[in-house]
Amino acid sequence: MLSFIAQRVAKGVIVLLAIIVLNFFLIRLAPGDPAVVMAGEAGASDQLFVAQLREKFGLDRPLPEQLLIYVKGIASLDLGFSFRQQAPVAKLIAERLPATLLLTLSAFAISLLLGVFFGVLAARFAGTFLDTAITVLALIFYATPLFWIALIAILLFSVWADWLPSFGYETVGAGYTGLRHALDVAAHLVMPAATLGLFFMATYTRMTRASMLEVRRLDFVKTARAKGLRDGVILRRHVLRNALLPVVTLAGVHAGTLVGGAVLTETVFAWPGIGRLMYDALIQRDYNLLLGVFVVSSAMVLIFNLITDLVYRLVDPRIEYAS
Amino acid sequence: MPHGDSSRVGALDALQRIETVGKFIMLKRVLLGVAIGCVLSAAHAEEPKSGGVVNAVIQPEPPGLMLAMVQNGPTQMVSGNIFEGLLRYSPKLEPLPGLAESWTISPDAKVYTFKLKPGVTWHDGKPFTSADVLFSIEMLKQTHARARNNLVMVDKVEAPDDLTVVFTLKEPFGPFIGIFEVGSMPMVPKHLYEGTDFKTNPNNNAPIGTGPFMFKEWQKGSFIRMVKNPNYHEKGKPYLDEVYWQIIPDAAARAVAFETGKVDVLPGGSIENFDVPRVSKLPGACVTGAGWEFFSPISWMWLNLRNPILANKKVRQAIMYAIDRDFAKDVIWNGLGKVATGPSASTIKFYTDDVPKYPYDPAKAKALLKEAGYKGEKIRMLPLAYGETWQRWGEAVKQNLQDVGMTIETIATDVPGGNQKIMEWDYDLAFTYLYQYGDPALGVSRNYITSAIAKGQLFNNVEGYSNPEVDRLFAEGATAPTDAKRKEAYEKVQKILVEDVPVAWLLELQFPTITKCKVKNLITTGVGVNDGFRDAWLDK
Repeated sequence: MLSFIAQRVAKGVIVLLAIIVLNFFLIRLAPGDPAVVMAGEAGASDQLFVAQLREKFGLDRPLPEQLLIYVKGIASLDLGFSFRQQAPVAKLIAERLPATLLLTLSAFAISLLLGVFFGVLAARFAGTFLDTAITVLALIFYATPLFWIALIAILLFSVWADWLPSFGYETVGAGYTGLRHALDVAAHLVMPAATLGLFFMATYTRMTRASMLEVRRLDFVKTARAKGLRDGVILRRHVLRNALLPVVTLAGVHAGTLVGGAVLTETVFAWPGIGRLMYDALIQRDYNLLLGVFVVSSAMVLIFNLITDLVYRLVDPRIEYAS
Repeated sequence: MPHGDSSRVGALDALQRIETVGKFIMLKRVLLGVAIGCVLSAAHAEEPKSGGVVNAVIQPEPPGLMLAMVQNGPTQMVSGNIFEGLLRYSPKLEPLPGLAESWTISPDAKVYTFKLKPGVTWHDGKPFTSADVLFSIEMLKQTHARARNNLVMVDKVEAPDDLTVVFTLKEPFGPFIGIFEVGSMPMVPKHLYEGTDFKTNPNNNAPIGTGPFMFKEWQKGSFIRMVKNPNYHEKGKPYLDEVYWQIIPDAAARAVAFETGKVDVLPGGSIENFDVPRVSKLPGACVTGAGWEFFSPISWMWLNLRNPILANKKVRQAIMYAIDRDFAKDVIWNGLGKVATGPSASTIKFYTDDVPKYPYDPAKAKALLKEAGYKGEKIRMLPLAYGETWQRWGEAVKQNLQDVGMTIETIATDVPGGNQKIMEWDYDLAFTYLYQYGDPALGVSRNYITSAIAKGQLFNNVEGYSNPEVDRLFAEGATAPTDAKRKEAYEKVQKILVEDVPVAWLLELQFPTITKCKVKNLITTGVGVNDGFRDAWLDK
């Protein structure tokens, strides 16, 4: 198992390097650079101003040299400096990472647990009204644009009912501490996490249901039933465990995108996370910051892929670690 | 009398004359200041109350707060509370005391002497002196493109004592008294920046100014917090204890935050224009269009005159007749703003509406296009990627132009991409809006004079218009010794430009500030919210 992990990590480093090089050039293909953005915002520009900015950002150097400097920095775990925000990239990402993880992990946990639960329920009562209701609701949540659900949720729960705060991570200026602060953050978290979670939940529900119905028809389930096992035991120990493999795969893919995948939710709910940081960096052509976010999110994808492979082994003992 | 003595007496006479004229000018300004003060105080006759916290929206999140290093809109808005300039400006753009308590201008209009307010301190307790002014000017020349352009006429700056600063100009420069607003020339603490690398100075993220509020905290992505400066040089001010700038990236969410009472101030442009009428009518909401007089944003379409089709004046005039600007104002901008008559906004100095007019007239546009020999060649149009309103406007103008037989191809891009194309002159029609900074010499001439044609730059003469008479008149207007002479030159140049149509002027934009009515006295000058919350108070 250790050699399997070591091999995957080594491959991961190569993939990460390829991602960095590719993104480095892709970002620069977009028209405009940080100097253009800042000259655009200054309300005035002259050649000296633009040249100064380019020199400051190191954009006056040849591209391969810029890449080399960047990769050297990465090798020493230095993600560079955001001249736009006048702060080290690692610091900017570290500031935003907790909020993003809180949001995406909450959404992920809610969606996975409820998704699998409703999927099992729909499969257990396949063909009944309950199954139809769950399937239709899942389809609605799956098909509805996330920002629309977010806006409707704000309208319902903030504007009309006034139950939940409509934006932010906490009540600014309230000075809450301890449990009060935790509850305040939780209140702010409810709508963004639920909005983000609904889409994933719908996906897991549909996937679990379909997979369960497929596995239920297999011979070993008939054998289990012939052995006289109770329905609950068959469902839990035989059907669900086997039906979970595609769900685990999907969850692994989703988990990898948790760091950068909540741009819309973070924007609508003013949640101070990485998704928004990435979007702003893109709009402002903040190359170092954008690459930094890409590096971190790519690393997360690789880590979660590895975890997914390990979980496969736990769920299905027939799978062996290939070396 | 010996020659030397005679010249001394002559010099003394001249000095006395200068002093007298200076005193007169100062008196005029003091009286004007008092008059404006009376008007403003009459409008806000209630007694200000101290205390309270105001939540305002800031959008987008500023990249930094060091005004000398970053000059984008949000930075100016937040940092206008932290930093100050030598002067402030009334809604009529007359100078008001700021860090300078008085000023005199020599009769030849070449020497400007500022007396600084005594007893002013930086937020760290160090005194503010003329040495800071001298240092700020040198720093801004390196870091602030607009300040550098504004200071180009300055021959030397001297500080005869701690509280006096003297600017000597190479030649008279009419708008010079208008360049000392906080965003245009913020004062920087010499003791914290001298000898440092400006771009990595740690104070950039925790700025120290002389302003009514002190920087306290910035939770990136969430809010910026400012607290009252207890040692502010205007006794009793500011009235508010704290100001929070809330960072809410989505326009609809900003409207909801106001609606649910979580924010008290929506500065101009915070919400989509189509939402302004609804939000303005909410209970407890007050709205004002004031506070934009200094900036006077005016929108137009750049017409790339390097394109042989657009080089033809008749085609340009046809474009002006083809665009239904009243429709744009009434429908797309929800009645906000005013149809632009030419290069100057009606709110800045020396504006005239005595210019050729271009009412919506598709038939005339078609006739002009026919006369010009236009045969439906493709014209590329670059809308402005500033959100829904601008997107809709681009579509409406495209429709207008297609209606008169023009073939328009819309080029979709984001803001940096659009800027890049304009800088490289790679466009045919391109939407923009620019500030005018109160005076044609500061914010208008740059878009039309030949010397401002420079590839790789923004906000200059990117259309490539060149007319020696226009160049001459703009130069005359900038350096004429009296306002009457300036007016004459600028009125002539406006007529020529409107006849020539180097760009297609659209609307004078209006970005209303929406506040909870309990927030009183927020906008008191022509610089609006950017001039800070120093006079604002909360009617609790």
